[in-house]
Amino acid sequence: MSEEQTVTIEVDGRELKAQAGAMLIDVTDAAGINIPRFCYHKKLSVAANCRMCLVEVAKVPKPLPACATPVADGMKVYTRSPLALAAQKGTMEFLLINHPLDCPICDQGGECELQDVALGYGSDVSRYVEGKRVVKDKDIGPLVATDLTRCIHCTRCVRFGAEIAGVRELGATGRGEHMTIGTYIEKSVDSELSGNIIDVCPVGSLTSKPFRFQARAWELTQFDGIAPHDSVGSNIHLHVRRNEVMRVHPKENEAVNECWISDRDRFSYVGLQSDERLTAPMIKRKGGWTEVDWPEALDETARVLKQLHGDQVGALASPASTLEELHLLQALMAGLGSNHVETRLRQNDFRGKAPSFPWLGRPIAELETVDAALLIGSNVRKEQPLLGHRLRKAALEGAQISYINPFEIDLNYAADQMVDTPFGMLADVAGVAKALGATGGLIDSAKVDETHQAVADQLKQATKASILLGNIAAAHPDYAILCGLAEKIAQASGATLGFLPQAANSVGAQLLTGKGNNAAEMLANPCKSYVLVGLEPAYDFWNPAQASAALKAADSVIALTSFRSPSLEQTATVMLPMAAFTETSGTFVNAEGIWQSFSGIVRPAGEARPGWKILRVLGNLLDLPGFEQESSEEVLAEIRENLADKKPDNSLGDELPAQQLSQTSGLQRIGDVPIYAVDPLVRRSMPLQQTHDAIAAAVYINANEAGKAGLSEGDRVSVKQDGHQATLGIIIDSNIPDGAVRIPAGVAGSETLAGQFGQVTLEKA
Amino acid sequence: MANEVCLRNMDLDRPWLLEQYKSRGGYQMLTKILTEKTPPDTIIEEVKKSGLRGRGGAGFPTGLKWSFISRNAPGQKFVVCNSDEGEPGTFKDRDILRYNPHQLIEGMIIAGYAIGATLGYNYIRGEFWEPYERFEHALEEARAAGYLGENLLGSGFDFELHSHLGGGAYICGEETALLESIEGKKGQPRYKPPFPAHFGLYGRPTIINNTESLASIPVILEKGGEWFKDLGVENSGGSKLFSISGNINKPGVYEIPMGTPFAELLEMAGGMKDGRPCKAVIPGGSSAPVIPGDMMLDLTMDYDAIAKAGSMLGSGAVIVMDDSNCMVKILERMSYFYYEESCGQCTPCREGTGWLYRVVHRIENGQGRWEDLELLEDVTKKIAGRTICALGDAAAMPVQGMLKHFRDEFEYHIEHKRCMVGA
Ligand SMILES: Cc1cc2nc3c(=O)[nH]c(=O)nc-3n(C[C@H](O)[C@H](O)[C@H](O)COP(=O)(O)O)c2cc1C
Ligand code: SF4
Ligand code: FES
Repeated sequence: MSEEQTVTIEVDGRELKAQAGAMLIDVTDAAGINIPRFCYHKKLSVAANCRMCLVEVAKVPKPLPACATPVADGMKVYTRSPLALAAQKGTMEFLLINHPLDCPICDQGGECELQDVALGYGSDVSRYVEGKRVVKDKDIGPLVATDLTRCIHCTRCVRFGAEIAGVRELGATGRGEHMTIGTYIEKSVDSELSGNIIDVCPVGSLTSKPFRFQARAWELTQFDGIAPHDSVGSNIHLHVRRNEVMRVHPKENEAVNECWISDRDRFSYVGLQSDERLTAPMIKRKGGWTEVDWPEALDETARVLKQLHGDQVGALASPASTLEELHLLQALMAGLGSNHVETRLRQNDFRGKAPSFPWLGRPIAELETVDAALLIGSNVRKEQPLLGHRLRKAALEGAQISYINPFEIDLNYAADQMVDTPFGMLADVAGVAKALGATGGLIDSAKVDETHQAVADQLKQATKASILLGNIAAAHPDYAILCGLAEKIAQASGATLGFLPQAANSVGAQLLTGKGNNAAEMLANPCKSYVLVGLEPAYDFWNPAQASAALKAADSVIALTSFRSPSLEQTATVMLPMAAFTETSGTFVNAEGIWQSFSGIVRPAGEARPGWKILRVLGNLLDLPGFEQESSEEVLAEIRENLADKKPDNSLGDELPAQQLSQTSGLQRIGDVPIYAVDPLVRRSMPLQQTHDAIAAAVYINANEAGKAGLSEGDRVSVKQDGHQATLGIIIDSNIPDGAVRIPAGVAGSETLAGQFGQVTLEKA
Repeated sequence: MANEVCLRNMDLDRPWLLEQYKSRGGYQMLTKILTEKTPPDTIIEEVKKSGLRGRGGAGFPTGLKWSFISRNAPGQKFVVCNSDEGEPGTFKDRDILRYNPHQLIEGMIIAGYAIGATLGYNYIRGEFWEPYERFEHALEEARAAGYLGENLLGSGFDFELHSHLGGGAYICGEETALLESIEGKKGQPRYKPPFPAHFGLYGRPTIINNTESLASIPVILEKGGEWFKDLGVENSGGSKLFSISGNINKPGVYEIPMGTPFAELLEMAGGMKDGRPCKAVIPGGSSAPVIPGDMMLDLTMDYDAIAKAGSMLGSGAVIVMDDSNCMVKILERMSYFYYEESCGQCTPCREGTGWLYRVVHRIENGQGRWEDLELLEDVTKKIAGRTICALGDAAAMPVQGMLKHFRDEFEYHIEHKRCMVGA
C-alpha cells in the first residue's frame, strides 16, 4: 500500500478524501462526522468488539464496523441509514440490558460515553425483564476504583496495559457473559501510568479512587494547567469546585504528553489539602513559632535581609519554582549583592562547565523515533514516566535501548542493562567511549568488553541516536566525568547528547540561576543567612544532614513554603506561606525547551501568596530596583527580553575532569529518589504514598553482600555514612550489584544520612 | 458406495498403525510428490478440481483457500488442522484421529508442500485424550519413518508437525480463536479481514482446514480430482462423513457420497428407535436450523439441497429426533450451550446469547409471555450478521429454525405453562 495514495469516499452523501487504508472511523472523525463507538481508541489497537460503530457500506449486505474497515476508493458509506441505525440501536440495547443503569450514584455520570450515546441510540424502556449480571468489585490499589458491574467489555483498559503501560496487569478472564476485567490473581495495578485507565474506560467501571463520590462532573469547572512534577510539562486539565482542585486530567498535546499523564501528575493534587499547608506567615521567637500577619512578617524579613550583604546570603530554590519566582529571587539576591542562587540541590559534583541551556537534545516526540539510545544513570520510566513511554515506543519499533546504572531497573521492554557500582559505572561509560575510538582521561585506561562494543556499534550504526544523562547520573559523585564521557560518546558515535532534566523547571532554572556559589559550596561553607523557596531540608537536598546542619548554623533562614514540616520548622526562622501548584501563575521550561505558562486557578490556601508576589514585595520593602511588576506576565516579559537569544545548548567545556572523586573501597550508597518522593506536594499525596512505588527508606542489598555482612531480610541495621547514622531494615534485592547498597533518598528514614552517594557501613542494630 | 475416502481403511485390523496404512498404499502419494517434485500448483489445481469443500462447517472450497497463500513470500508459513470438533452432534474427526491418523498426517504434509510451509499444528479437542494419544503415536511413527522432519525422503523439503491439545472451549474451533489459542492467548476470534491466509498463526500466512478436509487430500490426489468430484453431486464433490445421532438404532459415523438421500442414511443408521416417527432433524450440527422430519425425509445430503430447505449441511452432524422430544426443551439446551460458549468479546453475542437462553428457559418453565416470541426473533436478528465470528449466527439460527417450524409448541408452553409433548 503506497502511503501517499489518497482515495475518495462518500459518507452520507459527502465526498471525503482520505489516505488509502485508513480506518473509516478516523476519516469520519477528521471530517466531523460522528459515529458512535466504545472500544475504539485512537491510541490503542483495533478490537472491533463493541459493535457500536456499525455502518452501512454500499454493496455489503451486513453492517461493518467503522473502526475496523479500511477505506477504499469509491466506497459509499451511510452512517445513519436504516440498516446502520438499526445495527447501532441493536448494539445499544444489548449494552444496556446488563448494565446497572445506576447513573445517579455513578461517578462517571454526566461524562459517561455510554450515557451520552444511550441518549441518542437507546430506548426509554427496556425489554429485558431477566435478572441482571452482577460482578464483584476488585481492589486494584489506592488509585483506581472498580465498579465492574458497569463494565461494557470494550477492553480498552486491557489494551492500554498491554500496549501503552507495557504491563499486562488487567485482563479479561472468563467467557461470554462471565467475562470480567481483573488482575486474575488478586493484586494491585502498579503501573506508573495506571490512572489513564480511568480516562480510557468509557463508563464508570474504572474511576478515580481519590475523587470517588467527591463531586459530580457538572459541578466542576475546567482550567488548563502544566503538571509540576517532572520535566515533561504534561498539559493538564484541572477540575475545580468551590476553589478546590477536585481532580486532574490530561489535556491532549501530541508533542508533549499525547493524551496521557503519569499517576504522579494525576494524583498529586490530593496533597494540596494536606493538614501541613502553611496558611499564615510565622516567625520563630524564643524557639517557638508565632503566627503573624503579612506586614509584620514582611517587615521582619526585610529587616533581616537588610542587615546582610554579598556573600553572606544564599538562596536555594526548588527546581520546580517558576521562571518568574526565580527571576525575582535572582533580582532580590542581586540587590543584596549576592549571586548565590541555586536549584541543583540533588547534585554534588559541579566540576566542569555546565551547559548553558541543558535539554533533552531533541523534541520529546522525536524520542520515539530514535534507533538507539544509551541512558546513563537514569530510571527514566519512574523519573520522567512519559519520556520513558516514548523510549518504550522506540524500543517496540526495534530501537536498541541500553542503560548504565548502579542498579537494575524494572523495564517494560527489552533493553541492555549494564549494572555496576557507582564507581564501576564510570568504567562502563568509558568502555563504551573507548569502543567508539574516543580518547582522553579515564577512557585511555578503560577496558572494552563485548557489551560496550555492542552498544558502541548500535550507537554508531543508528541514524538517530541519543545519549541521555538521567537523575541518578546528576547525583553521581563524578557527574562531571559522566557528562564529559557522555559527550565523548556522542561525538564519537554521531549520537545526540541530551539530559533528562529532573524537575518541572530544571531547564528554566538553569537559564536564570547558578552563577554564584553552587549548592555544594553554599552548604559546605554555611552562609549567614539563607532564603529557601519551596523546599524541605530533610528531603530535597543531596546531603540532607549537611543541609540541615548548615541551615541550623545560619543566623536566619527565610523560607517561602507551601507546607510546614518538622525539618523546616527546626531550621527556618521565618516561614512565609507560598501559593502551591494551581494557586499561582507562572512558566516552566520543559525538557524540550518549550516555555509553558499557566495561571493560578484557585485561591491560595489561607493567607498564602504567590511566590513571585512575595518576592516582589520584599524587593519593594528593600527599596531595590526592578520590582515594579504588576503581574506575573510582566515578570515573564522581562525574562523573555533577557533570554531572547538563548537557544538550547548542551555543549560542555572541553576539559574532562580527570580525577575521580568516588571512593573505590567499601560499600557504596546508591541514593536514588523514588518516583513519589520528588517534591513536597507529591510526598503529601496520600493515594500516591499508598502505592507500591512509594518505597520506604531501607537498605536494599543483594544476597551476596548481605551474606558477607551476616544480614538477612528484615534485619534492622545501623547505617553510618560520613559520621551520620540511620537505623533501617534490610531488603534483599538481586537488582543491586556487589559492593553497593541502595538507600533511597527523599523518603522518611534516610534524611539523617549524608549524600545520595558515598561510602556507608552497616552494623546489625 | 461407502467408505471411499477417510474411512477407507476401516476394514483393517488396526488401521491406525503405519504398516497397516502403508499396506493400502499410504504415503505413496507423498513419496511420489516428493520424488517427482510435483509442482505445487498442480496439486492445488487437482484439489480445486475435486470440488472438495471445507468439512469444518462453512463449506469453503479447499483448493481455492490454498491458492490465496502467496507461496513465495519469504518467512514461515503454517498448515493448521482443526480437530477441535466442538460442534454439538459432530464426532467424525475423532474417528479419523482414532482410525486413520496417518492419512491426516500425509494430507497435512502435502498441504505444507503445496503452500510452502514447513511447520504444521493439529489442534485437537481437549476432551479427545485417546484420539490425541493415537495421533501422537502416529506422529512418532511418521517421524521415525522419515515422513516428518528435515529433508523428507531426501527431497530437500522439511516438514514438522505437532499436535496441540485444546482446553475445552467451543470457540477455539473457530479458526482465528484457534490460532490465538495455539499462540498461548485467550481463545478469542480475530476480526477478519485480514484472513489467516495473509495474517495467520504468529501473523504468518496460514491455511487452516478441518481434519476431514485434510485427510481427504491423499486419496483425492491418488485417484484424481475428477474421481472425487464424481462421487458426489453438483456443487458437492466427494463423499462425506456424517455423524448421526439421536433417536435412532445405530448412531455412528458413516461415510457416504454427497447427494445420498437422507432416508438412506437413516436406514444405514438402523432407522428410528422403537419405530417412532421422525419428528425433526438438525442436519448439520447444532448451529444449523432444524428441519421437520417429513420434509427431511425428502432431502438429499448435499450442500444445495439442505440449503434450499433453509438449513445447512454444516459439519455433517445429523441429529434425529422422534416425537417424544419437546422442541422448547431442545432449544433451551442448545441456547444454553451458546450462552456458555460465547467468548464474550462482542456485544451482540455476549449479551444476546444470555438473553435468548433466559427467555427460552422461562418459556420452558411456564413463565413465558406472548411477547417473548417476537422478542426472541428480534434478538436473533440483532445478533446475526453483526458479530466478529459466526458463533453469533450459530446461536441465532437454531432459535429462528425452531420458531419457524415448531412455533405451536412454544405457544402451547406459553398458554398452558407446560409441555405439549406427552400432554
Ligand atoms: C464458533 C465456531 C466453531 C467452530 N468449530 C469448528 C470445529 O470444531 N472444527 C472445525 O473444523 N471447524 C470449526 N469451525 C469452522 C472454522 O472456523 C473454519 O471455518 C474451518 O476450520 C475451516 O476448515 P475447512 O475449510 O476445512 O472447513 C467453527 C466455526 C465457528 C464460528
Ligand atoms: S460472535 Fe461471540 S464468540 Fe464470536 S467473537 Fe463475538 S462474542 Fe466471541
Ligand atoms: S468502536 Fe468499532 S466495534 Fe467498537
